[in-house]
Amino acid sequence: MSDIVKVSIDGIPVEVAPGTTILNAARQIGGDIVPPAMCYYSKLEGSGGKCRTCLVKVSKGSEKDPRPMPKLVASCRTTVMDGMEVQNITSAEVIEARKGIVEILLLNHPLDCPVCDQAGECSLQDLAYEHGAAKTRYEFERRKFERIDIGDKIQLHMTRCILCYRCVFVADQITDHRIHGILNRGDHSEISTYIHKAVDNDFSGNVIDVCPVGALTDKTFRFKNRVWFTKPVEAHRDCDKCCGKVTLWYKGEDVLRVTGRKDVYGEVEEFICNTCRFEKKRTDDWVIEGPRNVSNTSVISSNHYGSLHQPPVIKKNLALQESNKEQLERYTRL
Amino acid sequence: MLKIEETTVVHEFSPRMYQQFQEIVKRYPPEQPKAALLPILHVVQAAFGWLSVDGMDKVASYLDIQPIEVYEVASFYTMYFLRPQGKYMLEVCRTGPCCLVGAEKIMKYIEHKLGVKEGEVTPDGLFSWRGVECLAACGFAPVLQIGPEYTFYENLTEEKVDQLIEKLGGKRSIEANQQLTN
Amino acid sequence: MGRKLLLEHIDVEGIQTFDVYRSKGGYAAVEKALKTLTPEEIVEEVKKSGLRGRGGAGFPTGMKWSFLAKPEGKPRYLVCNADESEPGTFKDRFLMTKIPHLLIEGMIIASFALGAKTSYIYVRGEMMPQIRILEKAIAEAKNAGFLGKNILGTGYELELYVQPGGGAYICGEETALIESLEGKRGNPRIKPPFPAIAGLWGCPTVVNNVESIAAVVPIIRDGGEEYAKIGIGRSTGTKLISASGNLVKPGIYEIELGVPVEEFIYSDEFCGGIANGKRLKAVVAGGSSVPILPANLITKTINQEARLMSYESLSDGGFATGSMMGSGGFIAFDEDQCIVRNTWNFARFYHHESCGQCSPCREGTGWMEKVLHRLEYGHGKLSDIDLLVDVSKKIEGNTICPLGDAAAWPVASAIRHFRDEFEWHVTEPRLCLERNYGLAHYADPLPKPEPAVAV
Repeated sequence: MSDIVKVSIDGIPVEVAPGTTILNAARQIGGDIVPPAMCYYSKLEGSGGKCRTCLVKVSKGSEKDPRPMPKLVASCRTTVMDGMEVQNITSAEVIEARKGIVEILLLNHPLDCPVCDQAGECSLQDLAYEHGAAKTRYEFERRKFERIDIGDKIQLHMTRCILCYRCVFVADQITDHRIHGILNRGDHSEISTYIHKAVDNDFSGNVIDVCPVGALTDKTFRFKNRVWFTKPVEAHRDCDKCCGKVTLWYKGEDVLRVTGRKDVYGEVEEFICNTCRFEKKRTDDWVIEGPRNVSNTSVISSNHYGSLHQPPVIKKNLALQESNKEQLERYTRL
Repeated sequence: MLKIEETTVVHEFSPRMYQQFQEIVKRYPPEQPKAALLPILHVVQAAFGWLSVDGMDKVASYLDIQPIEVYEVASFYTMYFLRPQGKYMLEVCRTGPCCLVGAEKIMKYIEHKLGVKEGEVTPDGLFSWRGVECLAACGFAPVLQIGPEYTFYENLTEEKVDQLIEKLGGKRSIEANQQLTN
Repeated sequence: MGRKLLLEHIDVEGIQTFDVYRSKGGYAAVEKALKTLTPEEIVEEVKKSGLRGRGGAGFPTGMKWSFLAKPEGKPRYLVCNADESEPGTFKDRFLMTKIPHLLIEGMIIASFALGAKTSYIYVRGEMMPQIRILEKAIAEAKNAGFLGKNILGTGYELELYVQPGGGAYICGEETALIESLEGKRGNPRIKPPFPAIAGLWGCPTVVNNVESIAAVVPIIRDGGEEYAKIGIGRSTGTKLISASGNLVKPGIYEIELGVPVEEFIYSDEFCGGIANGKRLKAVVAGGSSVPILPANLITKTINQEARLMSYESLSDGGFATGSMMGSGGFIAFDEDQCIVRNTWNFARFYHHESCGQCSPCREGTGWMEKVLHRLEYGHGKLSDIDLLVDVSKKIEGNTICPLGDAAAWPVASAIRHFRDEFEWHVTEPRLCLERNYGLAHYADPLPKPEPAVAV
């Protein structure tokens, strides 16, 4: 077996290692052709396959067996084969199916973004914005659950949950033992501890970071501010439990919350411990590295940072580049 | 979430039950004791009529797994009761083929006869009833079953339901219940 | 009278016991297999027989066996799927109650063919009486030297255990069954890997339906070619049909595949016609998951040919005018049955049984149930009918396991064939609570197919 596999996604060729999933191959290309993923989390083994938002069409199975796959496949759990051709945004079937999935994910979602702490960094919000319809065809009462505290720092708002199982994987793989899980079945499924038990161990706070929606939120940050009014700053400290590399979210002089450093797909680079997350909220606890780069498509970037984005035409023309530089300096002085 | 008083019930396992557990665990490779979970929960439920938190915690420690793993499993499967039920739980099949030949009427009749709604327990604690999905006896429909032995009662009619409830000591119980509720 | 391979001795007094079963030629196939055949030869015989999985999918059993990976140092497992919960299907329960040793004999042969030293029969938990029957039969077989160490002096050893389920239709899906057998929630696994590579505890595993395993006994006893002579085309052998609903004689029938559907419904040898002298309105031919067909399409295909009880003939016409063999759960509806109500009932079943792991099935089944409930009780809108079709399309094919398809097909097919009745529930909201739509035109002769136009 060769150690390089050639695949093409939406016509863009890419070479990846054998065993790579379609989703990860697409992430190596980047951009619009990356399927959205609500439940897959590359750092959690066994995650993925459940939300079905990353469905893609395999129009050619492989070089050896060029037959297309009969159904759409979950790109996060399907490994690439040499010569495979995948269609994501170039397939009408995929777009249609994804629209359906978004509607289905939102069926029982309360759509309470105006009062949800996750708003602005919510994967479901982004997904609905990009792929969803403005109206739902669902005319029945939505499922509701009581809010519960699991531990004194984490609040579980089950009504918002899309059952991605990520937090269960975190508890299984990052913490020493799991006390919350999925109870009941079908659309009665819920994340719960069954009886009142606090989830407390050094890494439990990571369930907040992995949660794609506002189901698990940081109680120390609850209703303090909207994320797009806060400024993310990279910082680190010597921590004996974790890597100590975090993002601090500032409002004025105050650190409102601490999270792991999330990449463009909303995944943390490294998991952090609860001490760093919940207890170190003073600037002098940290060594500041500088502002966190936020994707310019994110609502969080709307107020801050990021130099003027150069249109491609400027990149080509030296004269334009000079004048642009001048203009940028003037702009920053202002 | 359970009510507080339901979480504090203590269920003591008899030595015979532990013996049964041992027999069950032997069926699997030694490194896979968790496979015994479903059969063991059946043993516990047969003994106490339902699965208490205490009972499930004891099972978890016996199999050396986290309690949540037991709660997850027990709440997934419909046969396990997470709160007390009547001594006899009449489970009536309410899926298509049974409905074609009158399962809905039988359910209404049982509701009327016992005087309690689906899922409720008669005041004397003897009976409860519920509709369940296909029991794989469609040719002998309508059917109901009663745990913990899960005996099937087939080709039900109202008379057969009467006889069955009477046999289980229900006649006196129903009269007593009517007096209680009146 | 057709040939009976599985139910030949079903009426013999005491056939549940080892001694009577043995005296009727039982366990001869085990002797033949273990003493005269190699595992490869057994797989070859099963391949030759053309036996197709009797659990619903109809995948050739011999092929499935030959896919089993055989890595060094890893045990292999055979698991029998006795989690029979498909509405309309009750053949496995019947088989296990009446003639448990047939299943055990089949398990021994199949385990030997696959090289399994431990095999499990996963029986749905509600079937506690059947579990007791099987456990007793296993003890008898063990006593007689057909299980345990050094079976029949051949050096082959096999332990057979019965595992009770906990009440979940989804555990009939093979990977959910494996999860459940491992003591977990019955969430289907994401494939690949398939169980033949990594199944029970990560080891190569074959999961077969009760009837498939039982059918191995006559195949080995008489030879695969002999078995393949019975039946029609690629539908070889005999099949247990569970007949239920409004029939004169509901029950289990062993048919040679290829019997005309009309004969099966009306002849005295089988169901004896529709109960109470009524007329047939519709049939679900293979358990609740398969598309429902109106009376005129179940007896004749769209090309005016007689429809037969075989895998090919039942699916003739595809989804437009055909159905599927499925697990052989034959549900007949008489003229007084309401298709909307039945569709709602099935939708509720799938809603109740969805494991909740993947979103289209978890949310979509509940949505369909609610819309159908509204239609059934006269609160629906005409747009609901198209909405249902659309939701069923969004579920179908987009889920982890086939339960999504199984939930979508009955709804889509009921609307396809009985749209008038759904519309009637909207246009006559009061009337639909008082009476049923009736037979309407659903038993009318099919229109003659238009002759193909030469191009």
